[in-house]
Amino acid sequence: MNRIAFISLFAMTFRLAAPLLLAGLGAIFSEKSGVINIAIEGIMTIGAFFALVVTYATQNPWLGLLAALISGVAISALHAVVSIKFEANQVVSGVAINILAAGLTAFLLNVFYGHGGQSPAIQTAWQLPRWFSFLREIPLIGPIIGGHNPLVYFAFAMVPVTSFILFKTSLGLRLRAVGEHPRAADTLGVNVYKMRYFGVLMSGALGGLAGAILTIGEGTVFLEGMVAGRGFIAIAAIIFGKWMPLGTMLACLLFGLTSGLQIVFQVVNITAVKPQILATLPYVLTILALAGFVGKSEGPAASGEPYRKEGH
Amino acid sequence: MNKAKVKKYLIDTWLTIRFPILAIILGLFVGALAMIWVGIQDGMTFSETLMQPVNGYRALFVSVFGSAYGFGESLVYAVPLMLTGLSIAFAFRCGLFNIGAEGQYIAGSFAAAYVGFTFSHLPTPLQLLLAIIAGGLAGGLWAAFAGWLKAKRGVHEVITTIMMNHIAFYVYNFLVSDVFKAQNYQGSHAINPDIRLPRFEIFAPSRAHYGIFIALLAAIIVYIILWKTKIGFEVRAVGLKATAANYAGIDVAKKFVIAMFISGILSGLAGGAHLLGTMRRAPSLGSFPNYGFDGIAVALIGQNHPVGVVLASLLFAFMKRGAPIMQAQAGIAKEVVSIVQASIIFFVAADQIVKWFFRRKTKKSAKIEVTMNE
Repeated sequence: MNRIAFISLFAMTFRLAAPLLLAGLGAIFSEKSGVINIAIEGIMTIGAFFALVVTYATQNPWLGLLAALISGVAISALHAVVSIKFEANQVVSGVAINILAAGLTAFLLNVFYGHGGQSPAIQTAWQLPRWFSFLREIPLIGPIIGGHNPLVYFAFAMVPVTSFILFKTSLGLRLRAVGEHPRAADTLGVNVYKMRYFGVLMSGALGGLAGAILTIGEGTVFLEGMVAGRGFIAIAAIIFGKWMPLGTMLACLLFGLTSGLQIVFQVVNITAVKPQILATLPYVLTILALAGFVGKSEGPAASGEPYRKEGH
Repeated sequence: MNKAKVKKYLIDTWLTIRFPILAIILGLFVGALAMIWVGIQDGMTFSETLMQPVNGYRALFVSVFGSAYGFGESLVYAVPLMLTGLSIAFAFRCGLFNIGAEGQYIAGSFAAAYVGFTFSHLPTPLQLLLAIIAGGLAGGLWAAFAGWLKAKRGVHEVITTIMMNHIAFYVYNFLVSDVFKAQNYQGSHAINPDIRLPRFEIFAPSRAHYGIFIALLAAIIVYIILWKTKIGFEVRAVGLKATAANYAGIDVAKKFVIAMFISGILSGLAGGAHLLGTMRRAPSLGSFPNYGFDGIAVALIGQNHPVGVVLASLLFAFMKRGAPIMQAQAGIAKEVVSIVQASIIFFVAADQIVKWFFRRKTKKSAKIEVTMNE
């Protein structure tokens, strides 16, 4: 492989890691509060869809971004109400959201544009702008870090922000307490329900934005099934990163790199490593991490258990 | 059996099935709202708009029950849905959430296809039997690994099975579109055509095949295992309360592995039976076949009981068969069915919604009584 291939590989790594990272950070909030969120896939689908629909209608990607945020929060609110208030099995609710998101977006494609499968394309001028293009002048690393869409930078900026919120603020402390031992937190006056709603809605907000990267950040259309398991890779990244923002970022970069390699190998025609085998890497690593072969990975103690106040 | 016993049995049954039935009705209602909304978007008149759901559901109904062909086609989908539903229900009974039915289905279909295009020198019935067994075994082992990880390493089966779904998906595609790829086809070598599952003549020219017997037989066997054998008793005991079962001397870890193995066999059979009944080769997959995920809904609606699962799988099969016809005839996007299905899952899963509603009502009426007594 030549130098250009390497540079484009690492630039691609950043771009491909960003949606995983943003969705993963969102899911950390949810998981830390004790609500399993396997609905990330569906949340990203919804965000990707509404980002495109609004951008297409208004020709303004920032409104599209807002739509992705709002729709992500809205669909995650459904997950929150069903699994927090009505104490449904969180995994079942997540599965239902994923089915709903796939069905709803495909259905709305038909309603809005009269055909399924694929939305009309936005013009490239309506995409999110490229930021820090001047950085591309720097040799070697310039083309890697410069000229991405704002969400890519936002995703990486959110890593220290998430760390700060979780580990340096009382909000973060309460959120984690609720995920580890809700009864104890409740006794100390923490509102368990409120914290969990906050956690799940944060995952909706960031997950929706993560979806927007796919449609108005990097692409110009919404395709049915375009999220293609990224939501689950994001969950894998959290686990591999041991539920820590920095660890999740490193995991996302690693998984971004493996996706980048698949593309580069195809372009430069390397056939020794099969793309399908490379694609299994995130999942294999996650299982190994969970099983304790690559450092034991353990989630919040009360994860997945609905909380019911005493006397209710 | 005396009258009181029959009455108690009927009441118990009603208490079990009333939530799923209510959920189905509510789900269909949500679908109706979506159809009405389509009508408004299309600028229909008021009465036309109101007729939208009637037309939609009628088209769906007629597509299934209007002809032997239509009914046969829906049976095609019932086979894998019934088996994955049973698979997930069985794991649920042991307190395990087998979200990996999708991956086990894929493993099963490859294994069945592999036997189908490799051991063609064997006598036909033997090869067919071997293909079915291979499908079940592949799914079973794929799932048992997740059960083993849970038993030995305490890893939550939901996460491992999700990951294993994706691994199965990519490895399958690697196998059928690389290692065993047929020339000029998107998929594996052709399966020996003689071992394809026989088709029903009465439903001709539909693809309805004898796989439905495998599925129904599996439902009976699952019932027998769960309620008539020691293993089934232990599995259910673990499912009700693992710690209590442990104190009672049941090897909980072993039950996790066994339950996942049996669950995986059922999903593997789903993949194998669907493949041997309807396909010429193992096709390369662009996305998940979704029978495993739909199986979760089927198990939930069927309340993890074989009879319920059989009925729920038929309902989902009807919807799957009817959706494209509904789109063609009533102009309603077929994805409305996904919305209906997701809603049903929500309502079943969150039966608290319904209970909450009843509780509020009883509270209100209790209050009224209190004030009246004063």
